[in-house]
Amino acid sequence: MPDLFAGTQGAPLARRLTAILARYPNAEPEWIMEVARAVIASLSGEPALVQRALLREVEELGQTITKAKSEIAALKIDDITASHIPFATDELDAIVSHTASATHQILESCETLDAVADTLAGETAAQLQDATTRIYEACGFQDITGQRITKVVGALKVIEAKVQRILTTFVADTAQACVTEEPAITEMLNGPQLPAAAMAQAEIDRLLASFD
Amino acid sequence: MPIDKSMNVLIVDDYKTMLRIIRNLLKQIEFNNVEEATDGAEALTKLRSGNYGLVISDWNMQPMTGLQLLQEVRADAKLKSTPFIMVTAESKTENVVAAKKAGVSNYIVKPFNAETLRDKIERVLGHA
Repeated sequence: MPDLFAGTQGAPLARRLTAILARYPNAEPEWIMEVARAVIASLSGEPALVQRALLREVEELGQTITKAKSEIAALKIDDITASHIPFATDELDAIVSHTASATHQILESCETLDAVADTLAGETAAQLQDATTRIYEACGFQDITGQRITKVVGALKVIEAKVQRILTTFVADTAQACVTEEPAITEMLNGPQLPAAAMAQAEIDRLLASFD
Repeated sequence: MPIDKSMNVLIVDDYKTMLRIIRNLLKQIEFNNVEEATDGAEALTKLRSGNYGLVISDWNMQPMTGLQLLQEVRADAKLKSTPFIMVTAESKTENVVAAKKAGVSNYIVKPFNAETLRDKIERVLGHA
């Protein structure tokens, strides 16, 4: 707002209106226009040219804010928190559940094969055990993907909380909606890194050795 | 002197699947006395009431993390010399440094393979 009136006689009023908006962020633009009209009407004599221009500017500003609010409301942003994000998190939870169930079955079969390997001897037993070892190693994917999905769900919840805050601030009919708490970021728990950013086991070994 | 594979090993992870995988991998290298805990607090209770030759723990657990468990173990007169391997997806330098400063015996980053697990166990038990 100050930029609109910079260098004009309207600058002090613009500053005051900005201060009022800062104190009362939910103030309706109509209230501001009413205040401006009252201030100008209270001035003695006919409003000067600059004052009339100021009133016009304030009215246009009020109309712009009203229009912006209508457009935000028309976007149905509340669908994001009411529908899209809960749907996405439910889907991700389902992925974790299905992969856990599949991994459980794979491990069960693998344990059966291990039991068979125990009854065998020689090269066949060794081959069978080598195969089950590879399967056990691969099943570790479920832990890693689970942690990655948990990170994504956490990010979605942060977005949900921020959208909710915008709605509460700008859209009147959602003012009563509750604000979701932003999840706390637990210190030093970063979870799995993307391959490009992750430290390899060899690098970790070197880092540990540097302490010796 | 060969490694005493009859020792009790405590594995700690809040992912049941991971516990099962590590247990099976340990079984394949003939560690058969394996017990499980699903968080740091449960692990600490078991450690204080039992006799374990090795702890293999995840980091990211609630309410007590693997790092907190390690700190508790190192601060406990009876447990402080127990070999402790951290097996975790946390692979940032700050994590490795924090674990080392807390007294970790070795550090395995997930995903890992059976060979890495065997190698680290042999190292911490002094037979590398």
